[in-house]
Amino acid sequence: MSQTNAPPEIAATVDASGLLCPLPVYKAALALKTMQPGQVLRLVTTDPGALADIPAMANQRGDNIVSVDEENGRQVFLIERGGAS
Amino acid sequence: MTAPEAIEADSRQRRLALVASQGTLDQAYPPFILATTAASLGWEAGIYFTFYGLDILHKDRVDKLKVAPLANPAGPLQIPNIVGAIPGATALATATMKRWMDGSAMPTIPEFIEMARDLDVRFFACATTMGVMNVEESDLIDGCDIAGAAAFLDYAADADVQLFV
Repeated sequence: MSQTNAPPEIAATVDASGLLCPLPVYKAALALKTMQPGQVLRLVTTDPGALADIPAMANQRGDNIVSVDEENGRQVFLIERGGAS
Repeated sequence: MTAPEAIEADSRQRRLALVASQGTLDQAYPPFILATTAASLGWEAGIYFTFYGLDILHKDRVDKLKVAPLANPAGPLQIPNIVGAIPGATALATATMKRWMDGSAMPTIPEFIEMARDLDVRFFACATTMGVMNVEESDLIDGCDIAGAAAFLDYAADADVQLFV
């Protein structure tokens, strides 16, 4: 994380709009596995369960949730890949 | 197909052990949703397919899984049992469920099988079910571990979460 409030650089984006569990987690994890530790994934979801599932995924995988925002009825997660898996 | 090898338990990696005992289309989903999620979280995951659940691993039967409206009041076709017993009712309920799943962009069961395999989810085929129901190794999709209860319990004993579906 930088010292400033500048938005982090996005290394990859996954649009899981319209997809239900387990697909947002599945697609996010597939993307995170291809990324390097410290890189940030932008994940877009509409599944209301994702608000609980994505932080749980990050907790289990060892990733960090940088931010969660609402944009036009969609949830936008910025997830920084941790060192694990 | 390989015999179940000794499991090297990694103390740092969590493990999910599921039993899939049902061979209906609706009940085939939960084990795959849970197993693909667990693998996505970085866990090991294994599913023990036993009794009717073995149909999910059966090459010829996996595409013919059905859901019956009979004695299934919460199912996709909510009709009286006496109507559910007439020919075509099960086919209609099955088609309805497939339409639900497709309309929600959910994978089919064969697609879930491929997703799970790509994530290294282990598939255990119950040896007793194979004997009782006259299922041969060659009837099953590739990559299953033929296993009895002891072998599955040996795997499940090192699991953090064990569930029976």
